[in-house]
Amino acid sequence: MSTKEVGEGKFSIKKFFVYLVLVGAGLISLFPFYYMFVMSTRLNREINSVPPPFTPGNNLVENFQKVTDSIDFFGSMWNSVIVSSTITFGTLFLCSLAGYAFAKLPFKGKKVLFALILVTMMVPPQLGLIPQYYIITTLGWLNDFRAIIVPGLINAFGIFWMRQYIEDGVPYEIVEAAKMDGCSNFRVYWNVVVPMILPAFATLGIIVFMHVWNDFLWPLVVLRDPSVHTLQVALRALNDAREMDYGMIMSGTFWATVPLIFVFLLFNRLFIQSLSEGAVK
Amino acid sequence: MEATKKNSWLTENRRSAIAAYLFISPFFILFAIFGLFPMLFSFYLSFFRWDGLDPMTFNGLDNFRFIFSDPIFYSSIQNTFIIGLLGTLPQIVVSLLIAFALNSSLIRFRNTFRTLIFLPYITSIVAVAIIFGLVFNNQPFGFANYILSLFDGGPIRWAAEYWPVKFAIATMVFWRWVGYNTIIFLAGMQSIPRELYEAAKIDGASIGQQLRLITLPMLKRIVMFVVFTATIGSLQLFTEPLIFLGRGLREEGITVVAYLWRDAFVYNTFGTASAAAIVLFVIIITLTAINLALSNLIGRSKRRVS
Repeated sequence: MSTKEVGEGKFSIKKFFVYLVLVGAGLISLFPFYYMFVMSTRLNREINSVPPPFTPGNNLVENFQKVTDSIDFFGSMWNSVIVSSTITFGTLFLCSLAGYAFAKLPFKGKKVLFALILVTMMVPPQLGLIPQYYIITTLGWLNDFRAIIVPGLINAFGIFWMRQYIEDGVPYEIVEAAKMDGCSNFRVYWNVVVPMILPAFATLGIIVFMHVWNDFLWPLVVLRDPSVHTLQVALRALNDAREMDYGMIMSGTFWATVPLIFVFLLFNRLFIQSLSEGAVK
Repeated sequence: MEATKKNSWLTENRRSAIAAYLFISPFFILFAIFGLFPMLFSFYLSFFRWDGLDPMTFNGLDNFRFIFSDPIFYSSIQNTFIIGLLGTLPQIVVSLLIAFALNSSLIRFRNTFRTLIFLPYITSIVAVAIIFGLVFNNQPFGFANYILSLFDGGPIRWAAEYWPVKFAIATMVFWRWVGYNTIIFLAGMQSIPRELYEAAKIDGASIGQQLRLITLPMLKRIVMFVVFTATIGSLQLFTEPLIFLGRGLREEGITVVAYLWRDAFVYNTFGTASAAAIVLFVIIITLTAINLALSNLIGRSKRRVS
């Protein structure tokens, strides 16, 4: 307590600089969002004038109508929702199951297999891009969500993360006790382990969901048809149109960004904690 | 009860092992199909000529000869490194600074500032590239050019000239990632015991000295980690140049991944694309090895000190 008072009295210049840095950083963070919002409410000819507008206009609705005329905005958002949530739930299930095996079950070759999983994290995903595309076409999965979902379930980091959490968070005795009661290994996982690791699900879930929602390269390669476009691919199509209507492009980008920001602001503590924990581990 | 348990003790272990193999098998099966096989097949494909439809024909090292005689390929490597450096080095310095400010005991609204600064990371790269595409528009109405005109600077063709392209793309990288790294550094700083700073203050250490003598040494491992992930991340740059430059991907801004994507999915020359992927792989492996060696060195010197 006393140190705080000393700090407040003595270092007011320091305090000034601290606020200067933070307010500056905050404004730089916010400005592009504001700029995007302003442009999404303006006509293209207003945007194309010098000086460009810096305050919102009144074409918010009109611009968004143009967006829905040129791309299937809600369809692609729905596609993103389906793909992202399927991968998230699938990954949580598979990673926790494997994490449980590595943390609590005895089997031969455990160390080697776990090390192998860690090694796979070192391989850059672009290396296999072209053969992956070839496999997808051979399977007939081009323009099919399975092309994104099935490879998306591979998550070495998730297994690593879940193993750590289960090892520390689930005591051996509880697993043993459940087995004594005649639970099969899967029942132990499902009825005992899963309820104990829900916080880890929230954390990993956020990381995976954000990653898939924002992914671009792979969906761009395998989802060619506009009807299966995810939001990111659809935005790119909007941006690539021959006639550049910036009001429309910014409107599409703005409304594609708003839902995620809204969710983020609701759960921002959990979000920030999850993503920084995920990195530091 | 007792008897059956004794009887099944061995099989119980065996049953657990079988269950464990079952539980971990999805990863290995999926990885074999969509990870390992494509990786090996990339090496194979880099020695073949293939347009994606007709049968593949073996052409030895021709793909490598082709990309190494293509000036655009060299440009793509150069661009990747320049943009990576421009985007990440200032980013790490600035995020350390912001994290230090956020960690200060003097401020109020810490959570609000933290949320604001983290916000760009939530935005998708596509959205970031589209927004900054308008900020760095070639025309005088683009935000950057408008600001320049206030200082009598002529309009710059941001999406066409050598340095402006790189600066624009690096800005996108900077803006999206600075908050993320800030949060990681902040998490690291919060784990440093307060007493160290108190003691330093009593000894009369300035803020700069505190940063240099306490914060940075304690954060070494996290800084290494951030530098490492930022390096790997910038070697994989793709979305920003594609959105900013369009599928034409001008030589001033094309990156290695964009180069290989264009070879494969615009020009349908999958062989040269695979060769480019192999070169990228070698670069990444080399940098990873260097990084590991460096962090080993630093880890060792740290142990010696303590």
